[in-house]
Amino acid sequence: MTGTYLGMPAFPQAARDAVRDPVLRGNLRHATHTIRAKRARAVGELSDWAELREAGRRIKDHTLRHLDRYLVQLEESVTAAGGTVHWAADAGEANRIVARLVKETGESEVVKVKSMATQEIGLNEALEAEGIRAYETDLAELIVQLGRDRPSHILVPAIHLNRGEIRDVFRSEMGAWGRPAPEDLTDAPAELAEAARLHLREKFLRAKVAVSGANFMVAETGTLVVVESEGNGRMCLTLPQTLISVVGIEKVVPTWRDLEVFLQTLPRSSTAERMNPYTSMWTGTTDEDGPRAFHLVLLDNGRTDTLADQVGRQALRCIRCSACLNVCPVYERAGGHAYGSVYPGPIGAILSPQLRGTGSEIDASLPYASSLCGACYEVCPVAIDIPEVLVHLRERVVEGGPAVRQGNKVVLRPARGHAAERAAMRAARWVFARPGALRAGQRLASRTRRLHPRALPGPGRAWSGTRDLPAVPPEPFRDWWQRTNGGKDGTE
Amino acid sequence: MRVALFLTCVNDTLYPDTGRAVVRLLTRLGVDIDFPTGQSCCGQAHYNTGYRHGAEPLARRLSEVFRDYEAIVTPSGSCGAMVREVYPRMGERARAEGRGDTLARTLAPVVAKTYELTEFLVDVLGVTDVGAWYSHTVTYHPTCHGLRGLGLGDRPRRLLEAVRGLELVELPGAEECCGFGGTFALKNPEVSAAMGADKLRNARSTGAEVLCAADNSCLMHLGGMMSRLRTGPRPVHIAEILASTEEEPAV
Repeated sequence: MTGTYLGMPAFPQAARDAVRDPVLRGNLRHATHTIRAKRARAVGELSDWAELREAGRRIKDHTLRHLDRYLVQLEESVTAAGGTVHWAADAGEANRIVARLVKETGESEVVKVKSMATQEIGLNEALEAEGIRAYETDLAELIVQLGRDRPSHILVPAIHLNRGEIRDVFRSEMGAWGRPAPEDLTDAPAELAEAARLHLREKFLRAKVAVSGANFMVAETGTLVVVESEGNGRMCLTLPQTLISVVGIEKVVPTWRDLEVFLQTLPRSSTAERMNPYTSMWTGTTDEDGPRAFHLVLLDNGRTDTLADQVGRQALRCIRCSACLNVCPVYERAGGHAYGSVYPGPIGAILSPQLRGTGSEIDASLPYASSLCGACYEVCPVAIDIPEVLVHLRERVVEGGPAVRQGNKVVLRPARGHAAERAAMRAARWVFARPGALRAGQRLASRTRRLHPRALPGPGRAWSGTRDLPAVPPEPFRDWWQRTNGGKDGTE
Repeated sequence: MRVALFLTCVNDTLYPDTGRAVVRLLTRLGVDIDFPTGQSCCGQAHYNTGYRHGAEPLARRLSEVFRDYEAIVTPSGSCGAMVREVYPRMGERARAEGRGDTLARTLAPVVAKTYELTEFLVDVLGVTDVGAWYSHTVTYHPTCHGLRGLGLGDRPRRLLEAVRGLELVELPGAEECCGFGGTFALKNPEVSAAMGADKLRNARSTGAEVLCAADNSCLMHLGGMMSRLRTGPRPVHIAEILASTEEEPAV
């Protein structure tokens, strides 16, 4: 997939193309099933997993409830430690702040730590427009960037590609960005990693400015935390002279003690590791060590609006582990691109329509991109009841109602395109409220049963394109019950 | 004990055999079961599609029809989960909308005494051997709302294992969703069918003659696919297996 998410078709259309792509299906099936099994083992090792999950939920809920207080405390702590805090209400403001900060250093390139927040705001494209080149240094993000592709997974952005496809991207694209890949590069993982390592090493040693996100921000000390597997993050966070971190406001935790919970649940849920290989923590600036200047850009971009929703706000607990993607049967078949957002899978289906609103076709279709099987809720390390929020957002789509947009209370109107469904639901409710009418309908169906087709034309093909209709029985149960006195009369 | 059968609208209309099987099974176990004819639908399709307010009158009706029974038994994990999990939530939401406690109070009486069939057998009646006989190879698909919503655990499996003549074979990927998901099957038909096709492939790989589940709606989706492809195994609700005896065998 190339291009941007703008103008994405609704989920069902986008997913249909993915379902029909056997290579993509194979790649996703293999990757998600492997990590699914590993996660289950890593989580199963801990006898107190349920308590950790509950603790994580409570810490996040407490912090969100007092977010105003903790954000001010964080700003004070970061400032006292030598950092500078900037507040960005939306993507445009955040991008302008980062571009200005980079320009003030006199540099025209930055190295990047893998970060969902900067993907969310389209920072790379915004910097490009200002003449600043941003180099992704996470292996998978590098693959996606070189291939002019889009991430399709939160943790493994290139999950939709296999080794051969990655080798092709490296061979054809690396040279245009810096050190080219060897001519005889094969698809062996060690060779691919070595090619990326040599390519990136030049960037690390040259860069004067780095841009990162953060997994956590500790309010009491102003410490930021990045957890990663490859060490590219550690390079970016320590070598450049200026570090700019763009972080969503929901990433704050009150104290260091709170990290104890998440530094156990996050790696086990995401990469199925007991502990991730690199945990980098920094507090402002330190003389003679690390960046000389540190800027923290606190990003709202729809989070305050989301926080205003009693049911939907639990999505802000998310620690971006991806366990829900890996276990989701819909994600496994539809792939990440179909979700039209940097946040794919079940969490994306509840996050995107809240951060961006349900105005666009893709955002209004995301709450329906689930069979409500509940596997996501079961694995979520902060107990986000994703099915509950999905249903809540479906209600917002079809019924409209009160919501908060850009800080203002608004009343959303029901989405268009649900008129037939709404009429069918109203008719069904009318029938179900009158057992006499229900029975009349059942009898009519039973008496005409020999005339029923096994497949339907028109919109009915959504069912009968792949499935026969069930045969209608000669009589509904309630007629049998009354005719035989509940079977006591012995007539079957 | 006054026990009511909450059959569900889908079973009443399309799968009366399942209803008759529940009646036969519970009668054999000494339960006096009633079918209050005022019942219709729990409102799950409305609620899950986003029409919570449309589901409320159906939920109120269900509660009014069933409230005076001591236990309510339903052969559907999905509709059982609707009553037990979602009804309290509907009450809370009405309260949050400033509509007071009326809905919560109306729905409360049925929440705790609603049991999915296998729960009622194992937990309330305390039986796992229901005296059934069923001479077929069976594989069991635990449907999502029963598995993860109600937490049925190994109850269905224990009941099936005690059936004489029945050979139970393991379904690979058993806990993965079959792709039905109510209106999901219509709104995302391609993904739904892809999930169903994988479930069927796993079911066929067991060599079982019968694919058993405790929810006819999931079996309607899988059965519709199998009928279209003219392939097995045959979808059968667990109630029909448990009701089957040597004297009155189910086919």
